[in-house]
Order: sequence, then structure tokens, then C-alpha cells
Amino acid sequence: MKVYLDNSATTRMDDEVLKSMKPYFSDIFGNASSLHSFGREALAKVDESRALLAKLINAKTSEIYITSGGTESDNWALKGAAYAHKKEGMHIISTKIEHPAVMQTLKALEKDGFSITYLDVDKDGLVSVSDLIDAVRDDTILVSVMFANNEIGSIQPIAEIGKFCSEEGILFHTDAVQAMGSIKVDVKAMNIDMLSLSAHKFHGPKGVGLLYIKDGVRIDRLILGGHQERSYRGGTTNVAGIVGMAKALEIAVNEMEQNNAYVKKLRDYFIERVLKEIPDCKLNGGMEHRLVSNANISFDYIEGESILMLLDLEGIAVSSGSACSSGSLEPSYVILALGRKMEEAHSSIRFSFGKDNTMEETEYTIEKLKEVVAKLRSWSPLFKEIKGGTLNV
Amino acid sequence: MYSQKIIETLSNPKNVGEIADADGIGTVGNASCGDIMEMFLKIENDVIVDAKFKTFGCGAAIASSSVATELIIGKTIDEALKVTNADVVETLEGLPPQKIHCSVLAEEAIAEAIKDYRAKQEKK
Repeated sequence: MKVYLDNSATTRMDDEVLKSMKPYFSDIFGNASSLHSFGREALAKVDESRALLAKLINAKTSEIYITSGGTESDNWALKGAAYAHKKEGMHIISTKIEHPAVMQTLKALEKDGFSITYLDVDKDGLVSVSDLIDAVRDDTILVSVMFANNEIGSIQPIAEIGKFCSEEGILFHTDAVQAMGSIKVDVKAMNIDMLSLSAHKFHGPKGVGLLYIKDGVRIDRLILGGHQERSYRGGTTNVAGIVGMAKALEIAVNEMEQNNAYVKKLRDYFIERVLKEIPDCKLNGGMEHRLVSNANISFDYIEGESILMLLDLEGIAVSSGSACSSGSLEPSYVILALGRKMEEAHSSIRFSFGKDNTMEETEYTIEKLKEVVAKLRSWSPLFKEIKGGTLNV
Repeated sequence: MYSQKIIETLSNPKNVGEIADADGIGTVGNASCGDIMEMFLKIENDVIVDAKFKTFGCGAAIASSSVATELIIGKTIDEALKVTNADVVETLEGLPPQKIHCSVLAEEAIAEAIKDYRAKQEKK
């Protein structure tokens, strides 16, 4: 059996989305910036898609800027806002659990003289609004707090933060890449100034995303070139990508309630059984403010990537919080920020469910996980040391 | 990023476990770094007649441990000390750059176990 439980990494593109995109690769191939009929035909569909995207997050069409995805949107929002407002101040507030697209951009800004406050999170992975309020200085120009975390799925109090920032006149950006599709986002009601999203996280195509920039918010350009995106972001318009992203978000928003209920049922069943049937494992993050898709669990005495590899041999795809698998040797800074020990951070696995998963797959994964964890523990010197004996397998 | 050989080794690692009356035991690494390797050797007349391992670590660490035990069984301790991390990498048909330290750990575990054996011999 093949089981895909890595829906936070990427999702399968919906058939409907693919169908909506197909004409825009070959039949309607014009450059949306061209004046002739070929261009106009493409542009008409881009305009229509942009309007749909805007409507789905309660923005204006003029506030939607198409990008190559979440990473570009985050880079652009942070660098663009920081440099445009440098004269007003050089202090930025963010969190310790941001995605690398935000984290690395903030590190680069730090090198350029900006001062960044990285807010702590509690054991559930949530920032405190009062901490944020305390961190504000006279020279604070920007707050960037992710909507929902990519590793543990914790959902931040975005509306509260938005309200505070708008009252204080501080720009507020949120990376909503993980949240989009399973949380209703209303940029106006939530007082969001800038919001990043990426289409492939909600069953849309890879390589396309957007940055919502509230009208009147001034940020510098990042990608220089042609006059696309109202001269704010150069590069030939990704017509098929935009069409697919709009279609995918439309489906996600329409199906949100039923999909969330279904995914949550699978995820809750999974967590309950794993915590009950596998000794010495713990859920990272709390259950209350958590994406319905996310289960992140640390399995004591064994290392995350080896769990990932052995599950992969059983056809099950998951993700490891231990960054050993992502090219560096540091354990996940997100899990550490929850107050977990290094060993626990090395032992974490993210299971991310989606609407295409079934109860049968969930059952299969639980059974295989029990076998894999028992096997790896029998290979682990830590298990023996702590448990005071050798387990025979 | 992992070779087919690593995947195969992981699905069926050789010599996992402990040797109750081991003549030499070497432990390297630590849990906070995400890797601990424990190597057990049975040695007769300076020849390694059996080797087993226990490893806490990533796929590459487990595969490196398995391959290392296979490389040294049947060798004299002097020969075993000449087994390097490069031999482990070669047997695994390559390791990603960030995983090379796993093969180094295997080399160190062998050396530690032999050191332990020699220390015990001197006491006798």
C-alpha cells in the first residue's frame, strides 16, 4: 500500500485544477502583456482569476500580486517593507518558529543592520500577543508572524495581532502558506497588510503563489524587469499557474468545512491510537489551536529520519523534523522552541493528512508505525540504556 | 539522495545487536547531536570473529554501522584499524555530503572498540 502523509510538503493537484489549466499551455498561449488578441485572451483569464483570488481572501483585485510561490512572497514582503521603511525605523518583530523563507530573509536583514526580535512560543507553539506588545519599540516598522506553523500546525492569533498592529500603525505580514485552504482567511477583518500564499499547498500547481499587499502599503520591488503585476514584479505572467491557483483556492474554500471535518477525524484517530499504543512518544504542540491536518510526534530513543526511511520502505511518506534529512545536522528549531530536548527534536516526525487519505491508510500507517518504532528501538543503544535491558525482536 | 545500497542495507541491516561477552566495546557520538553508535567486538587471537552494533541515528548512520561491522569481521585488529570512513562510503555506494560524518562515526566506533579491547588486554 502507498500512503501519502506529507500533505504539508505538497499536495496532489486536483483533477479539476489540471483541467482548468490545460488550455493555457498550448491553445491560449499568448503573453498576457501583449496587446494583440492572443495576449488579450490570456489577460482576460488572468484578470478573471485574480479577481477570484481576491474575492476568496476578501481583498481587492488590485491588492493581489502573483509570485513564484511562498518563498518569493515572504522574501519580497519582508525585504520590500524593511527597505521601504528603513528611515522610519529598523526594528522588526517575528517569531522563533517561522518558516526558513522568513527566517533566512530576517537573518539577511539583520546582516544589513536591521534589529529583529524573535518572539518565543509556549509549549503549544503559540506566540503571546502581550509578548508582542512588550516587544514593540519606537522604531518598530514591521511584524511578521506566520498564520500556521509548517511543522507542528500551531495556529497563531492573527486577528488579534492584526488589530494591534493596525492600531499602532505597524505593518503586519503573515506567511499563510500552511493555513490557506483549511482556515478561512479574511485579510480585511484580520487587519493583514501583507499575506503570502503558495498554490501547491492546497491542491494547486507548484511554482506559483501570491503576495497580498493592502492598497496604500508601500514596499520596494524585489524582482525587477517588465511591467507585469502593475510594475511591481517583473517576469512573464504565469497564466496557467494563476488559473490553476484560483481554481484550487476556489475548490478549497468551497469544500473547506467538509474537508476539515473529514481530515480532522483521520488525524484525531491517528493521534489517539499512536499515543495510546506506542509507549514513550509525545505529541509536539497542542491540540486546540492546530491545523486539522497536522500530527507531529516525537518517538523517544530513535531518530526521526530513520523512522522516515523505514516507513518509506513500507510505502508510507512522512516528513522528519530532524533537519538531518534536510541537509544540515541541526535538530528542528521549531520543536526546540516548544521547550523540547535535543533528543526529542531529533526524534520527531510530521504526519500531515489530506482530503485524499482514507481510514484504511490511517489504520495501515498505525500498524506499520508500531512495527517500525519497535524495530528501531531494538537497534538503539538509548533504548537499552534507559529501559535497562535488551529487547528481543 | 540515498543510494540503492543504503536503502537495501536499511531494510535489512547486518549484525544489529549486542555481544554479551564482548572483548571490546566502543561508543561514539551523543544523543543531542542525533547520533550514537555502539560497537561490540568478539576477538580471538587478535582476529575479529564477531562484531555487532546498536545505533541511534539517521538512515546513513545505521547503514554505516552495518557496513562497518561487515568490513571488519574476519580481519585482524590491525587490519580493522585500517578500515576508514572512505571504505564505508565506498561500500554504501556513496553518501550525501552532509552524511559523511556518519561514516566517520563508524570508523571511530571501530577504533574505540579496539582501544577498549587493548586496554582490557593490558589489565590481564
